[in-house]
Amino acid sequence: MAVTRDEVISWIKAYGQVITENKDYLTDLDSAIGDADHGANMHRGFLAVLAKLPAVEDKDIGTIFKTVGMALISTVGGAAGPLYGTFFIQAGTKLNGKMDLTLADWTAALDAGITGVVNIGKANVGDKTMVDALTPAIQALNGATGQELSMSDALKKSAKAAEEGMKGTIPLLAHKGRASYLGERSIGHQDPGATSSFLLLDTAANVWVNN
Amino acid sequence: MKKLINKPEDVVLEELKGIEKAHPDLVKIHYAPDYIIRADAPVKGKVALISGGGSGHEPMHGGFVGMGMLDAACPGAVFTSPTPDQMLEATKAVDGGAGVLHIVKNYTGDVMNFQMAADMAKEEGIDVEAVVVDDDVAVKDSLWTAGRRGVGLTVLMEKLVGAAAEEKRPLKEIANLARKINGQGRSMGMALTSCTTPSAGKPTFDLPEDEMEIGVGIHGEPGRTRTKLQTADQITETLMKAIVDDLPFMSGDKVLLFVNGMGGTPLIELYIVYRKAVEIAEKAGLKVVRNLIGPYITSLEMAGTSITLLKMDDDLIKLWDAPVKTAGMRWGI
Ligand SMILES: Nc1ncnc2c1ncn2[C@@H]1O[C@H](COP(=O)(O)OP(=O)(O)OP(=O)(O)O)[C@@H](O)[C@H]1O
Ligand SMILES: [Mg+2]
Repeated sequence: MAVTRDEVISWIKAYGQVITENKDYLTDLDSAIGDADHGANMHRGFLAVLAKLPAVEDKDIGTIFKTVGMALISTVGGAAGPLYGTFFIQAGTKLNGKMDLTLADWTAALDAGITGVVNIGKANVGDKTMVDALTPAIQALNGATGQELSMSDALKKSAKAAEEGMKGTIPLLAHKGRASYLGERSIGHQDPGATSSFLLLDTAANVWVNN
Repeated sequence: MKKLINKPEDVVLEELKGIEKAHPDLVKIHYAPDYIIRADAPVKGKVALISGGGSGHEPMHGGFVGMGMLDAACPGAVFTSPTPDQMLEATKAVDGGAGVLHIVKNYTGDVMNFQMAADMAKEEGIDVEAVVVDDDVAVKDSLWTAGRRGVGLTVLMEKLVGAAAEEKRPLKEIANLARKINGQGRSMGMALTSCTTPSAGKPTFDLPEDEMEIGVGIHGEPGRTRTKLQTADQITETLMKAIVDDLPFMSGDKVLLFVNGMGGTPLIELYIVYRKAVEIAEKAGLKVVRNLIGPYITSLEMAGTSITLLKMDDDLIKLWDAPVKTAGMRWGI
């Protein structure tokens, strides 16, 4: 079964809630290897997103994604603003006119979103960034197409892969972003952006569970 | 957390309101998107200079808006780069027809947000050049890092390039001057204490009484190494050696020596550092022809210092001495 437009909106709202709950946690992670602002940045961004949502609730999913992306770019700042903003805008280009999401739609959107993040951030897998959570997630989805998996099972698989990718950032030496200034001292800490990315996909798996 | 604030989320807004009330002769403030512009902007026929970055580094950048320095500054949240719409609107507001230079400190967020803004401004037909400052020798400039951070040299660049813009030099020349300055200046900083961002509410890192961080940036982030506390002279030697070796500065060079306070270090200590830094510079044959001492690019209430050395020539000396009238730097008028 496909995810409806209203379920997409529920996912974004639920993620806003998850960010509020994890604001201090994300900031703590960013204190260890960054500048202690990732939680506050994401929180500010999703408050703006939630304020913008009512105006597009009756629009297609592509428009909703684009609105989320624009709201993030104009309120988050930092590295996360352009990265998450681009993620949603690029993902949205695959969802123009759509009123529901099949597994194939979601896979294409996620793929485009991640490509956007890599294009502007130039991070490779293993650089200790959000790309380390996102890339395994899309690989898991790609692996799921062809296997007769339900959408919710595929989403769970991709969230699980993102979680492993997130945990996998702990032993890594950061090569991108602020954490790279720390050199060897970045080792042993989980990347904040990989954590917020895992939470995004985990929220999708939890909210879209009946599909 | 003990701070003179009302609510963490209102810190930047209330600061802007204070600046607006304090300096109406120098600047105008625009809200949502937030930016600070020269009271007389746009200045016709002059290249406009814009910088921006996270808040918490005061007086940089807002305190450097005015005659002889910046035309606009875009303040982000504390330690967070501002957003492209702030930079785009500021660019449009100050463009006097001669083009706009974006002075960008080399941080992933700042670079990406300024890039987006420059792309949008160009689409609207504004001539925009960007210069990235990356003077921090504490970071290895390699494929494996985000590159060197932009720190103390940013202040000097804003002053020097601001004076050149006042002379109505064209955009290309100004951008090249900024790149030249970036090529011949180097900095390094250290912290005696951490600092607390209002939204986090607790220090970014714990630093025991008898330890210090060497090679810190300006965002309260830990540095390259942590060591036992040393004397001012030993610390100054460590910073100066890293800087002088990196460029390399040569015997006979004229330099500007900038000893910056991180926000929580009193001037009395900065002069102790300056005294030793001059001694080391002179021993290396460097001639300190100009200086700047004080908290100009800070990290909230962090205690510590950074040193910047910039190789000078006659043109740069003339630009340094040129009049400037901003809240944070004022002479020659
Ligand atoms: N080049 C990059 N590519 C992909 N992700 C990146 C890159 N640089 C940083 N990140 C991600 O961004 C996260 C940090 O986001 P945050 O909101 O804290 O911004 P920031 O870097 O602190 O911005 P600012 O420097 O302006 O404060 C990191 O944990 C990392 O996952
Ligand atoms: Mg951060």
